[in-house]
Amino acid sequence: MKVVIIGCGRVGAALAHTLSDDGWKVVVVELKEENLGRLGPDWRHPLVLGHGMDEKVLEKAGVAAADVLIAATDGDNTNLVVAQVAVQRYKVPHVAARIQDPARADAYAGRGFEVISPVKMAIDGLADFARRAKGDGG
Amino acid sequence: MFAIVVGGGKVGANVTRSLAERDQEVVLVEAKATRADTLESEFGHRVVHGDGTELYVLEAAGVTRPPDIVVAVTGDDEDNLVIAQLCRERYGVEKVIARVNDPRNQAHFDLLGVTPTVCPTQRILALIEHEVPQHALVHLLELRKENLEIIEVEIGPTCPCVGTAVDRLGLPRGSKLISIVRDGVAEIAVGATVLEPGDQVLAILEPDREDEVRRLLLGR
Repeated sequence: MKVVIIGCGRVGAALAHTLSDDGWKVVVVELKEENLGRLGPDWRHPLVLGHGMDEKVLEKAGVAAADVLIAATDGDNTNLVVAQVAVQRYKVPHVAARIQDPARADAYAGRGFEVISPVKMAIDGLADFARRAKGDGG
Repeated sequence: MFAIVVGGGKVGANVTRSLAERDQEVVLVEAKATRADTLESEFGHRVVHGDGTELYVLEAAGVTRPPDIVVAVTGDDEDNLVIAQLCRERYGVEKVIARVNDPRNQAHFDLLGVTPTVCPTQRILALIEHEVPQHALVHLLELRKENLEIIEVEIGPTCPCVGTAVDRLGLPRGSKLISIVRDGVAEIAVGATVLEPGDQVLAILEPDREDEVRRLLLGR
């Protein structure tokens, strides 16, 4: 199975390692060379330098042959555009986008790709925590 | 008319000023605080400070009314695309104009159905090609929604159409010659006009017809 990860920030780099450990073929796309250092000196999978919205870059990463694409840059709107392009132009079967803004995450639900909102997860987790505390305290 | 302009750079500010001078209701959204302050000193209450890709900011600008038109002219294509999609699909805004900064991103706007778009870089490149042609066939204007384009063709001495009248060229359906510039003078193309070397011909056509029109006029 092949996954293309767009963005080598904290999330993208850690995700690349996790999936690599699981046996995936991983390609990382990142705009800034210095961010690739997050993958560590022993990283052996292909890297593509460039913007995730650049079709030449996506094609160099082999996006049309990918089973999964994950848009995990630090820009919500970049992720939204890359995810839609991956679904509609390259017919990638499984696509996910990281969207920080919960409102935009809701607005883009149900468009043929998974929307993962870390902020929403934090809100839900913290609300659960508070509710449990209330239950404990009586 | 009520317009929302998102992006208070030079384009957004000038569009806002022009609309305000025509007594149109306009709201300008700008993300950067220092820039928003500057704009506020000129446009006052018309300025909304915030990220125009956030729903609550768009709502503060009045997107739920909805506006007659939204103009997405930030410096970031991904932002302009998302603004256009949100306004149209979530808030039912009927008309959205989006700016394309990097011509390489035009394909994304087309793919996602965001139209019309304005790409100043592409316009300048087309004008360069018109002023200093490197090719015998130049695209002057593309009307994507209408599925039409206007091209300019320079007729060379060896072109197959030389000496032929316009109505005998056998141009395909969905194509028409508009005008012919000869010795610096433009004339509307009529059926009896005979083409000569050096003519600059304007034609309007469906993009699918371009190869055929090129063959008839240029022979390649």
